[in-house]
Amino acid sequence: FKSGADQEEVEVKMEKTEAEAAFPPTFSVSEIKNKQRRHLMFMKLKQEKRKQKIQLKKKKKKEREALGDKAPPKEVPKTIENQRVYDETTVDPEDEEVRFDEGTDEFSAYFNGLTNPKVLITTSDRPRGRTVKFCEQLATVIPNAHVYYRRGLALKRIIPQCIARNFTYLMVINEDRKVPNGLVLCHLPDGPTAHFKVSSVRLRKEMKRRGKDPTEHFPEVILNNFSTRLGHSIGRLFAALFPQDPQFVGRQVATFHNQRDFIFFRFHRYIFKNEKKVGIQELGPRFTLKLRSLQKGTFDSKFGEYEWVLKRHEMDACRRKFQL
Amino acid sequence: MGDRSRLCSVWLGSETGILKGVSLSRKQAFNFCNMSHLSREQEVRALCWGDPAESELLVGSVDGSVKTFSVEKGSFTETRRCGDPADGCFSGLAVLSGSALVTCVESGTVRVWREDSGEPVTELHAGKNVSRMRQSPVHRHKVGTGGKENGLKIWDLEKPEQPVFTAKNLRDDWLDLRQPYWVRDLAFIPDSDRVVTCSGYHQVHVFDPSTPQRRPVLQLSFGEYPLTALSLAPGGNTVVVGNTHGQVAMLDLRTGLVCGALKGLSGGVRGLQCHPSQPVVASCGLDRFLRIHSLDDRRLQHKVYLKSRLNCLLLASRDPEDKGTVDGICQEVKEEDEEEDEVWDTMERVGDTGEQMKRKSTEEEEGEQQQKKKSKMKRKKGQD
Repeated sequence: FKSGADQEEVEVKMEKTEAEAAFPPTFSVSEIKNKQRRHLMFMKLKQEKRKQKIQLKKKKKKEREALGDKAPPKEVPKTIENQRVYDETTVDPEDEEVRFDEGTDEFSAYFNGLTNPKVLITTSDRPRGRTVKFCEQLATVIPNAHVYYRRGLALKRIIPQCIARNFTYLMVINEDRKVPNGLVLCHLPDGPTAHFKVSSVRLRKEMKRRGKDPTEHFPEVILNNFSTRLGHSIGRLFAALFPQDPQFVGRQVATFHNQRDFIFFRFHRYIFKNEKKVGIQELGPRFTLKLRSLQKGTFDSKFGEYEWVLKRHEMDACRRKFQL
Repeated sequence: MGDRSRLCSVWLGSETGILKGVSLSRKQAFNFCNMSHLSREQEVRALCWGDPAESELLVGSVDGSVKTFSVEKGSFTETRRCGDPADGCFSGLAVLSGSALVTCVESGTVRVWREDSGEPVTELHAGKNVSRMRQSPVHRHKVGTGGKENGLKIWDLEKPEQPVFTAKNLRDDWLDLRQPYWVRDLAFIPDSDRVVTCSGYHQVHVFDPSTPQRRPVLQLSFGEYPLTALSLAPGGNTVVVGNTHGQVAMLDLRTGLVCGALKGLSGGVRGLQCHPSQPVVASCGLDRFLRIHSLDDRRLQHKVYLKSRLNCLLLASRDPEDKGTVDGICQEVKEEDEEEDEVWDTMERVGDTGEQMKRKSTEEEEGEQQQKKKSKMKRKKGQD
């Protein structure tokens, strides 16, 4: 039975000074029924732990300085990106079969320089404020893009008309409660359709320290971290949105950065101050995308065949396994 | 090349035109093709065994040619032109006794070709869009065809004028509207005359030609997406179906309920086949993986990454996981176990010491089993 507070504290202190003897059972802090005393004991425990941690760090630092050059290298902290499970679908640039597959897929016409991108941007029916502005800003960022009002037309009927008018991409921005939340990107002649979830949309006026409006020059495209086969397909999907021009004119760049299966889009203008220093200014909208499904063929959600579909709780099984 | 092809127990055809063979015991995949002559025109659409002994494979490509691949030699032995690419891709390939080849294209023409002539011996028209043609495993001259708005028809190739059985559409629904149907895949149930079909409107129908009823005898539904592939389990009562979303499930034909789902596929299923003797099913699809699941506990046994999208697959009839030499090793292990048991049985019980030894042996076994379980679990985590 537990009698006075002092006796308890004495007991606990004695057990701590017994240097973690396992045989006499130690009372854990959670067994104290009185909330105030329990809280006190817990705070003391935490302070002790913090003290020990700081002592350990000081000791290590001293040892490191004492060894000087012979000190072992600093340990790298583990992050989820570091611990990523090796994906067997990671594309090897030397692989002939994958090269042939990519060389003859639906984007081959663009990557061989035969077609120029022409993008049709539209929304779900009756868009409101933010979505309309978002579409307009996207049209300034993507060259040769046209925004059309969706008059409640069915996508399956719009697609043959777009193909007849030589459009190469159809981009549909879905809106929910006055905010854009979805994006369907369909490559037109017979190409794959990707459905993304859009989040964190920041329009131009909401961005701090931004530069002026983007000009008509074609931006450069940076695709970061698309390593698996699926990532490659999506990367090519984004790359084919912009016209190819090896002589960069205009210092604008659009970046699609993939991290942990989220794709972050940023649009910057850069200027080289000297050989080593660059100054960048963010212009244009920024948003994040998450791939929900990739379908082979043009938009057909009911009867189309899906190449990849997001399964909702797949991440719960292994948090270090990513798809893109 | 020949020795590699003899190891393979699963054969797959891909969209890039490469024939792939996978050896599960060795966990290796081999490509059988000419790397310099790859083209999308050679996309493999249909695969079938050339003979009952499974020493030859017939590969049907998009450009209308059927190539013969010899498993013994490990290379393509001959090519035959069987139709125009304008007619559509192959939707079915089968072999009749006497080295005659039956092909079916998407425009609906079923042709029987003999080895010597370039013209088909028999030709019949099975409607406009035929998505699948399959041959009955019991009566080799009977084939079934089905397609979009083109119901199941069973043809006897010796009497090509009229189909033996034409299925009738389902009754109009409660709004008196015509029910659409699209037969994507079909299979003949081995013991009886019945045929199972799966449709693009997520339904599974069973037809019985021996009854006068031309409507489906049994109607099941699974999921919300078109079912693209179907395979019968060796028991004869369950059927495995896959849809365009990568959901693969086992359905019981007697009760009409879903027995269980096989997880893992992330893309549309293009090919499904159950092994004829082992309770194992192989699936391939647009996500570029071959997966082997076991039908009893629905666990994933093997997963192989093959770099192109896969169109069709074939399982060899022999045990997928063994090879000649591995057989010998298994037998040796079994013999050793038997000897150990005999040793334990002949030893006299010496009271406590005997019991202690037995306890130790059981503890060791338990420890080993736990370790095995742990390693299995670790492997599973790594795979999925």
